Amino acid sequence: MGERDPRHVLAEVLASRRAGAFRHLTLTARGIPELFRPGTFVAASVAPTQMTRRALWIHRVSPTGTFGPTLDVVVEPRGVGGRWLADLTVGARVELTGPLGRPFSLPREPVACLLVGEGWSAAPLFPLAERLRDRQSAVTFLLSGADEAHLLTPREARRMARAAHVVTADGSVGRHGDVMSVLPAVLESTGAAVVYAAGPTALLRAVAGAAAAAGAQSQVALQEPLPCGTGLCRACVIGVRGTDGAAHQVRACLEGPVLPGDRVAWESLGGGR
Amino acid sequence: MTLVLRHPVMIAAGCGGTGPELAPYVEMADLPFVTRTLTRDPRAGSPGARMAESPSGLLNAIGMDNPGVAHFLEHELPWLVRAGAQVFVSLAGSTLGEYAELARRVGAAPGVAGIEVNVSAPDPGGAGIFEAREPFHAASAVAAVRRATPADLPVLAKLRPDVARVVESARAAVEAGATAVVVGNAVPAALPGGRPAGLTGPAIAPVALRCVTEVCGRLPQVVVVGCGGVADVAGARALLGAGAAAVQVGTALLRDPTTAMRLLAALGTDPSTRPREEP
Ligand SMILES: Cc1cc2nc3c(=O)[nH]c(=O)nc-3n(C[C@H](O)[C@H](O)[C@H](O)COP(=O)(O)OP(=O)(O)OC[C@H]3O[C@@H](n4cnc5c(N)ncnc54)[C@H](O)[C@@H]3O)c2cc1C
Ligand SMILES: Cc1cc2nc3c(=O)[nH]c(=O)nc-3n(C[C@H](O)[C@H](O)[C@H](O)COP(=O)(O)O)c2cc1C
Ligand code: FES
Repeated sequence: MGERDPRHVLAEVLASRRAGAFRHLTLTARGIPELFRPGTFVAASVAPTQMTRRALWIHRVSPTGTFGPTLDVVVEPRGVGGRWLADLTVGARVELTGPLGRPFSLPREPVACLLVGEGWSAAPLFPLAERLRDRQSAVTFLLSGADEAHLLTPREARRMARAAHVVTADGSVGRHGDVMSVLPAVLESTGAAVVYAAGPTALLRAVAGAAAAAGAQSQVALQEPLPCGTGLCRACVIGVRGTDGAAHQVRACLEGPVLPGDRVAWESLGGGR
Repeated sequence: MTLVLRHPVMIAAGCGGTGPELAPYVEMADLPFVTRTLTRDPRAGSPGARMAESPSGLLNAIGMDNPGVAHFLEHELPWLVRAGAQVFVSLAGSTLGEYAELARRVGAAPGVAGIEVNVSAPDPGGAGIFEAREPFHAASAVAAVRRATPADLPVLAKLRPDVARVVESARAAVEAGATAVVVGNAVPAALPGGRPAGLTGPAIAPVALRCVTEVCGRLPQVVVVGCGGVADVAGARALLGAGAAAVQVGTALLRDPTTAMRLLAALGTDPSTRPREEP
């Protein structure tokens, strides 16, 4: 129960607003925003009948609001837990544990960085962009989604970054297509030395491969199911390769969810979602 | 020999990580902590999805994923001992000889407070361990462990929450030398799609209560630790009220890692939570 340890708190919903197909929730969560680093997450308890937790990326923190430290999450109202969270109204309480997991590593020197995110998964990339910008790195976003409603805020991305590329599956906004149809060109035009990616496993794998092919490092934010998020249950084991090339099993919630793309033993992962 | 617990709430096997994962949320000093079940050799556990939800319950198919007893003794036990936890080491073997070997090695390790013999895994076949189909099978594993363990070290037998057989199993385990019985483990069940799994959490609380009630009623001199579905103070008091000397919490920790602390704060002053002395 040390100073830097994650906390388990009863958070209160201060605000809930719709953003396209998603809901943004602002929550009080004493102790968590203070310890936040981009790429960490909170584990939320949902309806009392559901025994596993729902991991949520921390999208924003404000350590000193009128109501004390707060954090923002973005939820998609799908599935039992997603709907339960999206339906929370102002004043409702929710048990959160966090911040959990390993954050994104930041480059030591200012370098060009490409941040690739799909739908709500892009949430942790925004506070990351801020930190990178503070360290004089050039930040470019590549955001994707099924349609305009499932895109996480290109407007905000443009405000924070040098450029923000947008692709949608239905072409309702930005380029028509998927991430992989534009990634090689964006990698080349930005000359990115580091690619940060957040999304379903198949996307992360493809991005890690493309980054490696372009000679860039990658950091991927895995979204394998995390039933407890705290390292207790061992239901989240994935394979990673050590420096010796041999694969060993680690818990995604403790060693991840962010990992260097070249360390993930992709064949050990499920489809993700 | 009697079981003296420093607290009436124990961390159930396999639900407290290796210790450090739980430490942010709980005072480890004096906490009765049961390790995940250890086998002689490392086991990778089940491939594929290991967990699913069921209303008010949890289905798990971890498959005894563990690093083997040597790794545990060298890398995990020392942390728990330093943290001051009251460490109970859960063991399972593929043969009776292996149970004895494990007990010898663990019993000789400094800082171990007791051994919990797991003879109640929901899918022993799948995990490749000794199948305690009948109460006398379970008792023979308990006897093998008891013989190989120093006399001053408590041996707990963790039994299946099988209402029809649990009294007989408890009697056989105690006759084989168990200091106390843990009633019980996960209820054998299946994941969606049919793979064997164990059902735990509040969904099984009524089953655990029935099992504890039967054992305490029929074998009043046996020290019983209740386990299954405890998530709040009322659930803990129900098992204690039925005669359990202590309770274990497992699944509830996944939803709220502070559960043991909350229960201890509420139960700490209950007279009913003192472990009973052996007559
Ligand atoms: C590191 C991480 C960060 C996440 N961040 C967000 C976020 O910011 N916003 C958001 O809306 N969702 C996020 N998710 C997904 C979220 O945790 C839930 O899985 C999702 O809300 C679906 O919940 P459900 O009730 O439908 O789960 P069900 O479909 O009922 O699933 C049951 C179990 O599977 C797991 N599961 C289901 N879908 C996923 C998925 N896509 N990824 C991982 N596990 C899953 C659940 O955690 C649960 O244990 C994140 C997941 C992870 C692993
Ligand atoms: C993720 C998980 C892992 C478990 N691992 C073990 C184990 O290694 N050995 C064991 O005897 N029981 C194990 N169990 C069973 C628990 O110790 C406990 O007996 C069971 O979950 C019922 O209690 P509960 O409802 O409080 O969880 C495990 C349970 C869960 C949920
Ligand atoms: S999610 Fe439970 S150990 Fe990782």
